[in-house]
Amino acid sequence: MSTINVNAPTKAKGFPLPSSLKVVPGTEQAQAAYPYYIQFTKEDDERFWFYNSMHFPEPMCVFDMITAEAAYCALGSANTRIHCLPTTLGIDCRIINGRVYIGGNGVTDPAEIARRTEEFKRRAFYYYANWERLFAQWKDKMMGLIRSAEALPKLELPEFEPLEHVHAGRGIASNHYILETYQKTIEGYFRMWHHHFEFLLLGYGAYLTFFDFCKKAFPEISDQTVARMVAGLEAEIFRPDDELRRLAKCAIELGVDKEFREGKSPDEIIKSLQKSGESGQSWLRELAVARDPWFNINVGDGFYHYHRSWNDDLSMPFAALPGYIENARRGERLERQTDKLMAERKQLIADYRELLETEEERAAYDQMIQLAHRVFPYVEGHKFYCEHWYTNLFFNKIREFGALLAKHGFFPSAEEVFHLTHYELESAIVDLMMSWSNGSAPRGPERWPAIVRERKAGIAEWAKHETPPALGPVPDIIDDPASLMLWGITRENLDRWLKAGEQPNSNEIKGVAASNGVVEGVARVVKAAEEIDRLHHGDILVCQVTNPSWAPVFQKIAAAVSDIGGSMSHAAIVAREYGLPAVVGTGTATQKIKDGQRIRVDGGRGVVTLLE
Amino acid sequence: MKSSDTIGWFADIGLSDRLAVGGKGGSLGELTRESIPVPPGFVVCTSAFERFLSALEREEPIRSRVEALSGHELEKITPLSQQLRKRLENTPLPEEVNSEILAALTELCGANSNPPLAVRSSATTEDAADASFAGLQDTYLWVIGAEATLRAVRSCWASLYSVPSIVYRRNHGMPESAVSMAVVVQGMVNAQKAGVMFTRSPLTGDRSVVTIEAAWGLGSAIVSGEVTPDRFVVAKITGEISVREISDKHIQHVPAPGGGIGEMETPEDLRRVPCLNDDEIVALKELARRIERHYGRPQDIEWAIDQAGQILLLQSRPETVWSSKERAPVAKPAEDPLQHVMKIFGGRR
Repeated sequence: MSTINVNAPTKAKGFPLPSSLKVVPGTEQAQAAYPYYIQFTKEDDERFWFYNSMHFPEPMCVFDMITAEAAYCALGSANTRIHCLPTTLGIDCRIINGRVYIGGNGVTDPAEIARRTEEFKRRAFYYYANWERLFAQWKDKMMGLIRSAEALPKLELPEFEPLEHVHAGRGIASNHYILETYQKTIEGYFRMWHHHFEFLLLGYGAYLTFFDFCKKAFPEISDQTVARMVAGLEAEIFRPDDELRRLAKCAIELGVDKEFREGKSPDEIIKSLQKSGESGQSWLRELAVARDPWFNINVGDGFYHYHRSWNDDLSMPFAALPGYIENARRGERLERQTDKLMAERKQLIADYRELLETEEERAAYDQMIQLAHRVFPYVEGHKFYCEHWYTNLFFNKIREFGALLAKHGFFPSAEEVFHLTHYELESAIVDLMMSWSNGSAPRGPERWPAIVRERKAGIAEWAKHETPPALGPVPDIIDDPASLMLWGITRENLDRWLKAGEQPNSNEIKGVAASNGVVEGVARVVKAAEEIDRLHHGDILVCQVTNPSWAPVFQKIAAAVSDIGGSMSHAAIVAREYGLPAVVGTGTATQKIKDGQRIRVDGGRGVVTLLE
Repeated sequence: MKSSDTIGWFADIGLSDRLAVGGKGGSLGELTRESIPVPPGFVVCTSAFERFLSALEREEPIRSRVEALSGHELEKITPLSQQLRKRLENTPLPEEVNSEILAALTELCGANSNPPLAVRSSATTEDAADASFAGLQDTYLWVIGAEATLRAVRSCWASLYSVPSIVYRRNHGMPESAVSMAVVVQGMVNAQKAGVMFTRSPLTGDRSVVTIEAAWGLGSAIVSGEVTPDRFVVAKITGEISVREISDKHIQHVPAPGGGIGEMETPEDLRRVPCLNDDEIVALKELARRIERHYGRPQDIEWAIDQAGQILLLQSRPETVWSSKERAPVAKPAEDPLQHVMKIFGGRR
C-alpha cells in the first residue's frame, strides 16, 4: 500500500486540504468520468470533509455513485426540508480516486437554530407521536415500491413487433419501453432512498438520547451495553438466517440431510436433491419459499453492484447449512431463543436502572428507554427492504440493461455496464434505440469498450492507495447529529484519527468494542462471499463488512473483526447473541491482518492484537 | 465459640457493634454473617482496652495528658507518645483479659498449632474519618504464636498513641474519652495474589463498574504503594472487562521466615503478565457486588486469593471520595417525554 502523495501545505491541527489530494497519475480520465457536481473545487478547501469508508470502503464504479447521489439527496431533504433539524442541513459529497468524501452543512446562527427548532417540533414530534401509524403506512409504501420494481417488464427488442401489439393498435414500439423502463428504474431507486430516510434520523435520535443519558450517568458504560438495551430481536433482518435454520431442520426431517456436506457446491446439491425423489423435491419447495423474499439479502451493505444477493449466489447460504444440520443432529435447538434474549434485555435495563442514584433519574431513564424502544424497530427493520431487497432488484435490472447492450456489442459482458454513469447509460440506451429503429449499427460498440477499460484500470489502481480519513480544517465544535448518528463523527474521534497518522507501527488495531470476550486464534481474511467455505471451526473471521447475510457463519467462528460497522451494526448484535468476541469498524483490519496470522481479539476493549 | 465482653467472634458481631469492635471488626463480622468468605477470627473488644487503660490510668493519667496538648505542640507530643507507648507495650495485661485472649487463640488455632495470624487495629471512629484515621494505627501480619500475638495486640493499642495519631486527634478536636480501640485477630491468608477493589470508578465515580487493582503476593505491597498493581475495570452487570492495564510488578510481599513480612523480587516470567485471569476478575466483581448490595452503598474492599485459589475478603469499608460529592441529576423526567430528544437535536451539547 502506498499513500497518496500529499505535498501541499496543511492548516494547523487539520487534515490535508482537498486541493492537496492529487488524482493518481494515469487515472485522470477515470476521475473525470464522475459527474461535475461531485468533483472537488478550490472552494472546498474551506470546509471539513471525511472519507465515508463506512458505506463506501472501496473505490466506486461510476454507476454505483448513484447510491451516494440518491442517498444524500434523500437524507438532505429529510433533514433540511421535511423535519427541519435545528442544527444541520444536508450532506455534500465529493469523489476523488474513487473515494467518497462527505461534509455536513451545519447551522450555526442562533436565530436560525431557534426558527428551525420550532419547525422541528411541529414536524418531528408529530412523527414521534404518530410513529406506529406512520410506520405501518411506510411498510405499505415500501412494499408497493418493491412490487412495482418487480413488475417492470423484461427488456426485449424483437426483430418485428409482436403481431398482437400491432393488432391491438399499441402504436408504440418496444424501443420506447426500454427507455421508459430505464427511467422508471432510476426513478424508483431515488424514491426508495426517500423512504429509507423518512424515519431514520428520528429513530437514531431517540436511541442517541438514551445513549447520551447512559454515558452521563455511567461514564464508563460500553457502547455495546447501551446497544443491547435498545436493540430489538424480531426485525426482518434476522429472517434470512432464521430461514436457513429452518431449512436445516427441514433437511433432517425429510431425511435429505446427508446431501449437505462441506465442499459440495449448491448446484451439485440441488441436482442430487432433484434426483432424490419426493423428499428432495419437498426440500427444494421449502427452499423456494425461503428464497422469496428472504434470500434477497446481499453480502455487502447494498452499496456496490458486485455485492450479490443469496438469491444470485447460493454459496453463502449453502455453506452455512452443513453446520446448522450438524448442530441440530447434536440435539441443539436451532431457533433463536428470542424469549430468553428479551428477558436478558429486560434484566439489563432493570439492573442499570437500579444503579441510578435518584428516583428522578430513574423516571427520566424510563421515559427515554420507552421512546427508544418505540422507534428503534424502524432503524433495524428498514434495511432489509431498502438496502437489500430493493437494491438487489435495482442492480439486477441494471444488469439486464448491461446484458442487452452487451448483446448488441457495446461491451464484452453485462457487468461492464457499471462503468457508465447513469447518464451515460441512458445515452447508450438511446443510441441502441435509434440503431434498432433505423437499422444502422449503434455507435456505442466503438466508443465504450476503451472507456470501460480505462475506468476499470482506474478502479484497480485506486484500490492500491490509501486515502486520508479526513480533509480540511477540523471544526472547533461538531454539532451535527446526522454525522454523529450515521458515522460516529465526534471531536474525540477526529483527534484520534489525527493522532493515528503519528504512530503507524503499532501491532494493535483499534475499533469499536462490539461484543465482549477475548479470543486468540487464526485469522481468516475473507474478502468475498465466495470465500466463506475457507472458514474452519474456530477461525477468526476478518472481513470488510459483516452484514446480516454473514450471520450463518457465526456458528463456526471464534470471533469476528470487520473494517466497517458500529456497536449497533447487525454483526455486533449477532455476535452478542452467539457470545462471540467482536471488534467492528477498525477501518483497516482486512489490510493489516494477513490470512492465517495469529491474532487476539478483545471485544470488550475493541482491540485486535497481531501476535506474529 | 462464645463471645463475651472481651472477645467478639466474627459470626456474632456486625456494624451495629461498632463501639465494641471497631469499624474493621464490625465489617468483618457483617461479611462473615453474609457468608462471604473471610479468614476466621475474633475481635479483642474495646472493653478489654478500657480495662487495660483504666488500670494504667490508676497509676498515672493518660487521656487527660493527651487532651491537654494541642496538635501543633510536636515538641511535647513526641516525648509523651514515646512514654505512653512504652507503658502500653510493657505493662502486663489484666489477668482476665490475658486469659480470655489466650482461650480465644486456642479456639481459633487449635491446640498445639501455630498458624500465621493477622493482628489489626480496629478503631471506633465514624465512617468518614475512618479511612484516613484507620491508616494511622498499626497492623501486624504473619504473626506466629500466642506470645507474639499478645505482643501485637498491645502494639496495636499502643499505636493509638503514636505521634501522627495523637496529632490527628488533637487537630480534629476529638475527645480522648471517645477514642478507643478494638483489635482484630484472624487467620492470615498466604496470598498468591491480592489487592483492592472499588465498587465504583475512582476516576469518574461511575457506579456501574468495579475497579480492581492486583499484584502478586500479599496485599500489603499494594496498600503501602511499593508495587504498581495491574488494573482492571469490569462492568458490574455485564462482566465486560473494559480496561486491562498490566504493570511491571517488580516486587512482592511474602511471609518472612521468622514471622512478619518480607519483600522479594518477582520472578522474571511473572513480572509483566496479568496476575488475574478473567474468571477471577468476574468472581471478584460478583463478590464486590454482593458486598455493595449488603451495605447499600459503594465500597472499598481488600481481598486476597490463597494458594488453593480461593478468594477471601480482608476488609470492606464505605467509599468516601465520590459518595460525599454533590452531583446534579443527569436528567429529570420531562412533562412531554419527547423534549428529551432536544438534547440530541437541539444543538450545543
